[in-house]
Amino acid sequence: MWARLPVIKNKSLIIPLLLFFSLAALLWRSFSLEDPSLLPSQLLDKPFPEFNLEDLHSSSRIRNAHDLLGDVSLVNVWATWCVNCLIEHPVLTRIAQGGVTIVGLNYNDDLQKALAWLDRHGDPYSFHVRDNNGTLAIDLGVYGAPETFIIDESGIIRYRHIGVVTEEVWAEKLYPIINLLRGKSA
Amino acid sequence: MIAELGHFSLILALGLSLGLTTLPAWGVQTGNITLMQCGDSIAKGLFFFLLLAFLSLCYAFVVDDFSVNYVASNSNSALPPQYKISAVWGAHEGSFLLWTLVLGGWTLAVTLCSRDLSVDMRARVLSILGFLAFGFTLFSLLTSNPFERSLPVFPVEGNDLNPLLQDFGLIVHPPMLYIGYVGFAVPFALAIATLWSGRLDMAWARWSRPWTNVAWAFLTVGITLGSWWAYYELGWGGWWFWDAVENASFMPWLVGTALIHSLASTEKRAVFKTWTVLLAISAFSLSLLGGFLVRSGVLTSVHAFAQDPQRGMYILVFLIFVVGGSLALYAVRAQGIKSNTTYSWSSREAMILVNNLLLVVATAVVLLGTLYPLAYEAFSGGKKLSVGPPYFNAVFVPVMVVLFIFMAISQRSRWKDTKIDLLLKRQGWYVIGSIGLTTVLMLSLATFKSYVLLTTTIAFWILANLLENVFQRVNRKRWNWNYLLTQPLSYYGMLLGHLGMVVMMIGICCTVYYSVERDLRMAPGDEIELAGYQFKFVETRKFTGPNFTSDQAEIVVTRDGQEVISLFPEKRFYSARGSIMTEADIDPGLFRDLYVALGEPLAQSAWGVRIQIKPFVRWIWIGGLLSALGGMVAVGDKRYRKSRRDDLANFLKI
Repeated sequence: MWARLPVIKNKSLIIPLLLFFSLAALLWRSFSLEDPSLLPSQLLDKPFPEFNLEDLHSSSRIRNAHDLLGDVSLVNVWATWCVNCLIEHPVLTRIAQGGVTIVGLNYNDDLQKALAWLDRHGDPYSFHVRDNNGTLAIDLGVYGAPETFIIDESGIIRYRHIGVVTEEVWAEKLYPIINLLRGKSA
Repeated sequence: MIAELGHFSLILALGLSLGLTTLPAWGVQTGNITLMQCGDSIAKGLFFFLLLAFLSLCYAFVVDDFSVNYVASNSNSALPPQYKISAVWGAHEGSFLLWTLVLGGWTLAVTLCSRDLSVDMRARVLSILGFLAFGFTLFSLLTSNPFERSLPVFPVEGNDLNPLLQDFGLIVHPPMLYIGYVGFAVPFALAIATLWSGRLDMAWARWSRPWTNVAWAFLTVGITLGSWWAYYELGWGGWWFWDAVENASFMPWLVGTALIHSLASTEKRAVFKTWTVLLAISAFSLSLLGGFLVRSGVLTSVHAFAQDPQRGMYILVFLIFVVGGSLALYAVRAQGIKSNTTYSWSSREAMILVNNLLLVVATAVVLLGTLYPLAYEAFSGGKKLSVGPPYFNAVFVPVMVVLFIFMAISQRSRWKDTKIDLLLKRQGWYVIGSIGLTTVLMLSLATFKSYVLLTTTIAFWILANLLENVFQRVNRKRWNWNYLLTQPLSYYGMLLGHLGMVVMMIGICCTVYYSVERDLRMAPGDEIELAGYQFKFVETRKFTGPNFTSDQAEIVVTRDGQEVISLFPEKRFYSARGSIMTEADIDPGLFRDLYVALGEPLAQSAWGVRIQIKPFVRWIWIGGLLSALGGMVAVGDKRYRKSRRDDLANFLKI
């Protein structure tokens, strides 16, 4: 073993170690951050953030948080570059056919591509908000598409799901909550 | 009972790996030859017990032992037998056991295939591999034990394997990928052993080359299979998604490619010694980082395993220990190592340096894109975002274009110095010829696209240089073609490796720019024409598979009145999980794939149908497999066996 501290003459050889430690620090910190699958606590049971954004289908129509009032609805963050959004699309379609309002939040996307995507795969959404700068997504603390929020009839965020909405997620998590919220208002 | 045997084997493997870590290393420190040599037998025992554990888990799957939690959540009695075996590595616990078994296999291979490594170097290498095996086995036992039972109450039926994974691709893709990933542990261990012993010389590079090649070839096959699987199984005809997990396997591949080249120059010309060591450490570190990203849940992805912060924490601590320790050792021990070799800026050494820089930049681009969401979150106080393919395409592709231009120029370069006129002779004609050929092909077969012109020209240009290389060798022997048979295998490995990249480039660029697709509503009797093919929707029928029910459509494809093929795309419903899967049907061809997938059922027995024609898409995977074959062929070179014996004299000293 070394009797004294090793001599480091060539300082540049330490660079890889330093780079690695900054990477490790970053990874370490990503653990200390709150669990990404949980809603930041400050948003749960709070009103949906204010926004004034264009409707995806007509740029002259401005949508805001008032459009979410009146019914329990799902707000689904999607984009054409998001592979998983395509996976959950059939599930969302069935959910919408079952009479649940789904509002699309088209996130950081190209308008033409988004419209073509909806033409191709079908559009089960009631309407879409076009968030091409990601401002609303940032207010919502969106981690990445897809994400789905449950908003009650008075516009309060009640639940957040990160990742793909599968049949299981729908049956075990989202549907019971929606049922509960509808029961309360009835 | 058998599951307990597996659990017990895993515990024994943990003990043996601890012995493998400490005993040979102690022997090295005290100069005790017996201790140094005991590593061989311990490594064999370690592999045996890991294999026993793995086979026990396979057994639990085959006999549908649903009292084992892992079996219950990933299998089902109706699951076809071949998928019961592949379900063993269908989720986190089992796939990690496979990963550990693969490490045991590589350790065994080291004891079998490096008998002429000096006794102390063998002891060091085995001790390092033993430590890695210790870390993996402990992780398996502490956080992800696949043998855990739920007794006395257990489910009578299993949850079934994720239908996405019930496929031939999943049977072969993970084992190949892991053999590649984990294979980089051997050059890593050799690099650390060299730093530890302080004998950083060219013999080290010669030992590392075959191991690196084999690991790289397996990784190439694994990534290629993954891309092929995604293409036909995910149901939308893409072949690369820049998904975090794909990136995790792609980064070690990029650094491994750089390592293969840099090892060549270290062995032949004793240059870039410390750089090569750093690459060897990096390739394996990126494999570990990939494991961390996939299994910790810090990034969301299609592939992400069940997420558990405790697992992520364990891997992160292990990562910091292994990689941090290695890099610290590197910072201390690489001091004062200089190469006295000189080379000019047009030499092969310089070309390899450019190759290495570009590949490292490409790796950094991918790493940045993969980790940027984490970094953004950490520095913006919890805000989150995700990075999509637009970033990777915009930044990664230009780096690759420059890399391929250098691939064309560097074929002729020589060690130490290349005369500029030799390097540039005829290159202008080759470029003009390639542009001409590309333009003619493009205008006669398809439409003009400037990016296709650029990419295909470079591809033909590389091809011209590869062919010239062969012809010049024959020409030197007055066109005696038999001379080619006397060329070393590593030469053919080099040609195949580069040829594979040319084939892949052509495949990628034609697929990206000439694919046509149509999404439409089709009812029985409907017909549509796409790029000269007639697609006729005949009917749909229902049928029942072993663990699913299916709506299957029949679509007849004709061209100029001749029937080409009937395609049967399906929409399957897997009842155990209640999930729906799109099974595309594909007519594969060397020059085009016909790809038909069923969308949603619409009114009046009509269906949404997606039809795609993807030209040259097979070339992407053929290219990958050719390159991998090249890597394997080069290992067969008798030079390694012969010259190792020559080194024996130098390295018997302890």
